[in-house]
Amino acid sequence: MTSTNPTLSPAGGMSVPPAGPPAARRPSSRAAETRRKWYEIIGLTTPAVVVYVMFVLVPMGFAVYYSLFRWRGVGPPTEFVGFNNYVLAFQDPIFLDALRNNAIIVFGSLLIQGPIALAVALLLNRRFRGRTVVRLLVFVPYVLAEVTVGIMWKLLLTGGGTVDALLKQIGLGNFVQAWLADLDVVIWTMLFVLTWKYVGFAIVLLLAGLSNVPPELTEAAAIDGASWWQTQRHVTLPLLGPTFRIWMFLSMIGSLQAFEVIWVTSVPAVRSLGASATMATYMVDNGFFARLWGYGNAVAVILFAISFIAALLFQRFLLRRDIEGAVTGRRN
Amino acid sequence: MAENALTSPSSSHRRPFSWGSPLTYGLALAIAAVSIAPVVYVIVGGFRTTPQIIADPAGLPDPWVWDNYARVLTRSDFWQQAFNSAVIALGTTLAVVLLGVCAAFVLARYSFRGREALYTFFTLGLLFPSGAAILPLYLMLRDLNLINSYYAVILPQVAFSLPLTIVILRPFLAAVPRELEDAAAIDGAGRLGFLWRVMLPLSRPALVTVGVLAFVASWNAFLLPLLVLGDADLHTLPLGVQNFSSQYTSDTAGILAFTSLAMLPALLFFTFAEKQIVGGLQGAVKG
Repeated sequence: MTSTNPTLSPAGGMSVPPAGPPAARRPSSRAAETRRKWYEIIGLTTPAVVVYVMFVLVPMGFAVYYSLFRWRGVGPPTEFVGFNNYVLAFQDPIFLDALRNNAIIVFGSLLIQGPIALAVALLLNRRFRGRTVVRLLVFVPYVLAEVTVGIMWKLLLTGGGTVDALLKQIGLGNFVQAWLADLDVVIWTMLFVLTWKYVGFAIVLLLAGLSNVPPELTEAAAIDGASWWQTQRHVTLPLLGPTFRIWMFLSMIGSLQAFEVIWVTSVPAVRSLGASATMATYMVDNGFFARLWGYGNAVAVILFAISFIAALLFQRFLLRRDIEGAVTGRRN
Repeated sequence: MAENALTSPSSSHRRPFSWGSPLTYGLALAIAAVSIAPVVYVIVGGFRTTPQIIADPAGLPDPWVWDNYARVLTRSDFWQQAFNSAVIALGTTLAVVLLGVCAAFVLARYSFRGREALYTFFTLGLLFPSGAAILPLYLMLRDLNLINSYYAVILPQVAFSLPLTIVILRPFLAAVPRELEDAAAIDGAGRLGFLWRVMLPLSRPALVTVGVLAFVASWNAFLLPLLVLGDADLHTLPLGVQNFSSQYTSDTAGILAFTSLAMLPALLFFTFAEKQIVGGLQGAVKG
């Protein structure tokens, strides 16, 4: 950072030329210069700060306030109920189902996507003809809109649809399920669709991490007689740790917010029974569509609190070394 | 030791790449197929008729029909939705880049009290997921009379993209050598002139990256438009696709065609900007 070396950044700011012009300046120019610097700082940052505070921080504050009322969204909230909305949420079996489903998605994503992405990334990191094309194709699902992905899989997985027909053609007809209607199956179907959509993101992140591993190291290992697998195991994988943990972090936060794919793919009736609901779909169903605004905001606060605590815990125990200072403040 | 090995001419031939080639190819092909097959199925399925699809869900078009695509392309609401998506995505991208680069410039090139606090303040936003804030956001936009306007989507999208944008841009802007700044100062350019004439051209790759990320996120956005754009004339493509698919449930071929056309821009855009997207993710990881 520019501030670490005091000789390079004098207190008056960063653009004081090292020699010449300053000597000719009037005594007051230094104060004027400082004032101008502050005008620039304020002028350049204010738009970003205002938009950010107004649309990111303020709404979350309002959510806490609204969550303390029973409120249909018309006029100002008047019926104060304290923490009753929170109590109601944790007493509602559908919300508890949503919590369980979020847990399934968080851990399912980590446990399924992690190994797949590692294996594929190591494979695609090898040299072979057409590697670039394969890398491009693997990333396609991630770039598609969640809605597109949802509708696509809804059509493919519908009863008697393409997936069922394909399974029958290859002799696995016995495995056919009511993918989107069976209350015990649907959350696993959702997990499958989410995995298909997001594993490419993990692969691309890990490939980016792999490209940072200096080739000298793997070459040295190979020359020392290490097999391809030994090289990966003892040289590449340890160096991939930071990237992998950041992926885990992003995947976890994303899984806690899961909304679009589930909203579009699963039938509303199934969702309302809790079989495929997540905290986010539950929040929108109750808050926006059923107009239980106070209650919906309470769910929003719960969702936010869970994400926030998960993020802090993750950062505390796993990410500390990787993004030191990014959120907790720099120490230099 | 490693250096000796590197300089020896035979080192490049010793890498054990040859033995696994057929296996590597097989696996790579399988992975590519799994990623792309459903997408190809949707596009090809758009060339069939609904009775064909029902009779043989996994078959190929026979004969190929253009009618589904023609029907979608002649719908005026499809073009309206594409236009709305484009306006919102471009507006979001321009605003994110403009506000982001101004703030990141200050955070990277000015030394002042509270600079790190301000940076931490922005990075805190990475922990505020837009999904969790959607209900109070809706209420606020309603109170501001912004519901059913492009701004209702653009402003929150800009706000929620700013943290990542600043995290990506700041190190990039900080890496521009001081000598350039001093040279610009000697040539009589103020700090703002330096930002405009030196920084912006130099940081174009980073600006393109954050712009592309913001554009794709906006183009694909669903939850926010779903809540704040009730007016059908303002619907974006994701809303249009979803509405079409739930309105004409029996028109499978039509849904496939509509879905294909809606994802086409994202796919095209992606093939052109793949480097920037991946580069951006890489930058975010290093952040």
